[in-house]
Amino acid sequence: MARVVVDVMLKPEILDPQGKAVHGALPRLGFEGVTDVRQGKRFELQLDGDLGDERLAQVHEMAATLLANPVVEDFTVRVEP
Amino acid sequence: MRIGVVTFPGSLDDVDARRAVRLAGAQPVALWHADCDLAGVDAVVLPGGFSYGDYLRCGAIARFAPVMTAVVDAAGRGMPVLGICNGFQVLCESHLLPGALIRNERRKFACLDQRLRIERTSTAWTSAYEAGQELVVPLKNGEGGYVADDATLDRLEGEGLVVARYVGPNPNGSLRAIAGISNEAGTVVGLMPHPEHAVEDLCGPGTDGLGFFTSVLQGVLA
Repeated sequence: MARVVVDVMLKPEILDPQGKAVHGALPRLGFEGVTDVRQGKRFELQLDGDLGDERLAQVHEMAATLLANPVVEDFTVRVEP
Repeated sequence: MRIGVVTFPGSLDDVDARRAVRLAGAQPVALWHADCDLAGVDAVVLPGGFSYGDYLRCGAIARFAPVMTAVVDAAGRGMPVLGICNGFQVLCESHLLPGALIRNERRKFACLDQRLRIERTSTAWTSAYEAGQELVVPLKNGEGGYVADDATLDRLEGEGLVVARYVGPNPNGSLRAIAGISNEAGTVVGLMPHPEHAVEDLCGPGTDGLGFFTSVLQGVLA
């Protein structure tokens, strides 16, 4: 069993209205000093068997094909210990 | 002429689209997301709505529906395809059109009678209009902000692939006020506003939208 986490974020140059809404709400709740908020998605994948290079390459393919839209989003893949 | 209208789980405007097809004088054919073929239709409309609940990203799951394999194949052979609203999002996710649609700039769901300017008439879906013609059709979206990188936007403008632009205040933050785009051949068109809701005087702001559906009947591509 292996656990792989894929984080998906809008590219820095893409406007993130949800992040802006959260950013706007924080001072109203008394939380000061936050200069920016970007909101993203986190996927936790459980994989059976051993996690070799080939399997990891598959996860990258999954991320680029379905989990993220590379036109507007970046993703990172990391293996959880 | 037989025009297929795909129903995905969560499609809302498939019935309106079929009605618009019929009012334009074509025969509407209901297609189901799980279909593996297009029942021999001559053109396809991907309607508005919230396919698969907009889970993951708008249009992202619909892109992998069995029927979309057939739609992408047919589009590659030159079959006219019109994606409206959620259908536009599906076309972008399918890479049949460049760019993407993201959450509206002001985070509010936009619902209004929107003025548009038709900029490209040499498409399968806009040949009934005149360049520069202004229309009023309903617009209703939460994630209708059209985005693409500058190089793509410049290419769309340079090659004249912008089909329609918003007139007046930008309703959703779309870059360069883009409301709709096409592929190079003009066979595949994606549009965020809803021409199928403007095909009868009784309902909606008028009949300005009917031209999208009569255009494809003419089958004339410049």
